[in-house]
Amino acid sequence: MNQAAVRTDGVCAHCGLPVPEGGRFCCPGCAAACETIERLGLGRYYEQRLLDPAARPPRPESGEMGDVARFVTTDAAGRYSLLLAVDGLQCGACVWLIEQVLAQAPLREGRVNMTTRRLRLVWDGPLDVAMDASARVEALGYRLVPFDVARLAARSDATGRGLMRALAVAGFAAGNVMLLSIGIWIGAGQNMGPGTRDLLHWVSAVIALPAIAYAGQPFFASAFQALRRGHTNMDVPISIGVVLVSAMSLAETIRHGPHTYFDSAVSLVFFLLIGRVLDHRARAQARATAEQLLALQAGAVTVIRPDGMTAVMAAGSVVPGWMVLVGRGERIGVDGVVTQGTGLLDTSLVTGESVPQPSEPGSVVYAGMINLGDAITVRATGTGAGTLLADCVRMIEAAEARRSRYVVLADRMARLYAPVVHGAALLTFGCWMLLAGAGLAESLLAACAVLIITCPCALALAVPAVQMIATGRLLKAGILLKSATALERLAEVDTVVFDKTGTLALPTLAMIETDSVVPADLRLAASLAVTSRHPLARALVAASGPVPVAQGVVEVPGQGLILATPEGEVRLGSRAFAKAAWAGSTDGPELWLSRPGGVPVRFRFGEQLRRDAFAVLRGLEGLRLDLCILSGDREEAVARVAGEVLLPWQGGCTPVEKVRRIEALRDSGRHVLMVGDGINDGPSQASAHVSMSPATAADLSQTVADVVFQGQALAPVLTVLGLARLTRRLMRQNIALAIGYNAVMVPLAMAGLVTPWLAAAAMSASSLLVIANSFRARGEGQGAWS
Amino acid sequence: MELMIYLIVLSLALGGTGLALFLWALRSGQYEDLDGAASRILFDDPVQPAAVTTDTRRTRA
Repeated sequence: MNQAAVRTDGVCAHCGLPVPEGGRFCCPGCAAACETIERLGLGRYYEQRLLDPAARPPRPESGEMGDVARFVTTDAAGRYSLLLAVDGLQCGACVWLIEQVLAQAPLREGRVNMTTRRLRLVWDGPLDVAMDASARVEALGYRLVPFDVARLAARSDATGRGLMRALAVAGFAAGNVMLLSIGIWIGAGQNMGPGTRDLLHWVSAVIALPAIAYAGQPFFASAFQALRRGHTNMDVPISIGVVLVSAMSLAETIRHGPHTYFDSAVSLVFFLLIGRVLDHRARAQARATAEQLLALQAGAVTVIRPDGMTAVMAAGSVVPGWMVLVGRGERIGVDGVVTQGTGLLDTSLVTGESVPQPSEPGSVVYAGMINLGDAITVRATGTGAGTLLADCVRMIEAAEARRSRYVVLADRMARLYAPVVHGAALLTFGCWMLLAGAGLAESLLAACAVLIITCPCALALAVPAVQMIATGRLLKAGILLKSATALERLAEVDTVVFDKTGTLALPTLAMIETDSVVPADLRLAASLAVTSRHPLARALVAASGPVPVAQGVVEVPGQGLILATPEGEVRLGSRAFAKAAWAGSTDGPELWLSRPGGVPVRFRFGEQLRRDAFAVLRGLEGLRLDLCILSGDREEAVARVAGEVLLPWQGGCTPVEKVRRIEALRDSGRHVLMVGDGINDGPSQASAHVSMSPATAADLSQTVADVVFQGQALAPVLTVLGLARLTRRLMRQNIALAIGYNAVMVPLAMAGLVTPWLAAAAMSASSLLVIANSFRARGEGQGAWS
Repeated sequence: MELMIYLIVLSLALGGTGLALFLWALRSGQYEDLDGAASRILFDDPVQPAAVTTDTRRTRA
């Protein structure tokens, strides 16, 4: 076995997490995964891979996918297929590894899509085949979550492919027609016979007209829809220009005229489609990533069946009335009522409260709460009317209905542009007919030349080109723009409202008062806690850093951990479990460590600000933004955090109050960015001008948000706002360039001086100029806010 | 001039073939995963079960 290739310098040879004291692996799971990989002769994986610090480390975790059957689709040939989101994909080597391992399972197809980070399994026969195959992949340390294909596939794919097909057709036609046109232009100077010229015009027409009819559809459809609703958008002048130019060129061809503009019309469609395709692609990827994050977050739930047996299944397949068991440290997957057990719930994702709330039989609980106490049983109720979640959903719908449709910059431009351009064409026609006394055909030609020159190629690229580059840059930084208009709205923001819990503060609990803890106690506690997945145990390990794993730790579900040593038992867990005699009050989650002959030690946990919060908030103030905190948490907790980051605040807000505050700001003319993560933030996010959520946020909040950001830092808020302003500046420059180009060319066109080759050259030059300027969104201002 | 007619037809046929190939590639999903395609070429042919047998032989020896 090729062990030399496997690094052992203080990190696990498989997953790359820290391992103390020269161990090769951090856990038995990693050791088994490495053994499997080498047994299959795939050891090269370790040489070729590049661990991505942003991705989840490939550490195998026990867990079940639950009820997968409902995600399986059947195709016409009777084959089954399943789409799974892959968590922990690091680089190309992971794709190779997974596919090699799947090649040895009896599957028809097992292929990973690295762009969307999804694994597709196709097989014949029973579901077990797929379950077995996915278990092999999970044993390597990747986490797989089934995807709802029907919901996803319908949307993005069809539009994206349609645009690509249109682009291919337009590109083919543009290239060929341009070749023919160059022949005509050169021939004009070399006494080409009119017969040859007409032939070339006819060939151009035969290529260009069907191509425009096909590839122009995205523009025609959008223009038609806008006109039918009584609006106008950028596609209206585009469509009118393309159709008129094509018709005029065809007429010229029929009457053996010297000039046709098929090349301009087709190139225009081609250029604009490039912009559309890239824009669509960038956003489709951002949306796919956002969906992936949500799918990975949705955990499985344990259902207690009437016969007393338990079954693990996806939260979505639980029927109201069923009993769901929620263990210590688990996230509650359904809304319901507690029927058994008293516990302590981390409700921060739902209400914004940072201090865990006690629960008892009869308490109403919501999906997203985390059970910090002993195991409880919940009767699922679904989202019936009158619950907090139902209220929030209703308020979001109301807010979205009130919000008027945002008119993007390009369409605002189009509203001014279309009448001016069409007016100029009409004026040209009139002048040529009446003043110059030219014939009908000649006047029409001049008017059409104006339309060709003004056909808003550069103008239509001005906005999407910048947007595409900015979206791509943000995507690389882990910031997902879900809405097409988000950047423009972000650039207008003048007030930022933050939620506290999970937004300014990290969503997970952290150990507090670390100074009063003896390091040796912390290390001992952490060596036990390493073996547990409980949130408090994880926070303890995070506070202590890498420690050796204690061998022989037993987890007592819902209570704590026991380690038997020659001197006696070491216990880590709740106060009662550690047998600590402490008369003080409990004001927050805590863990107790007791060991033979020692006084029990208390570890306290609380919320912790994001590390860069202070600096980011000062940076935002530097952008002349007003900031404030609106939190659902208790006033003391909010005041403490607000004092730390020096912001005005309001605590104890219900979702309704948050919405009222945001609406009051809006009515006073403010453009509010709402950053929040809880279910209780959803309505205020929907009523804000634009909204952001961290990727750890509740489903509801992420669905509403225009922007979702990943990672532990708050910096993305600053990055996004900075880039949005740069984007707006570049968009305006582009529009100025496009208008400047028109100002020069339109008088020439009105005077009838624009020949086809001049039109083609001017149009291409202005488009290239605009695209080149857009590329400045790629690197400019990197140091300023990243 | 007759030559030109042949040339036009020929160039269109060549261009049309390219277009048809592109549409075929698009339909068969080859543009679905550009990142993956970029990194796939870095890895050799599949290690088929044959490799597993070699491996066991080596372990036995």
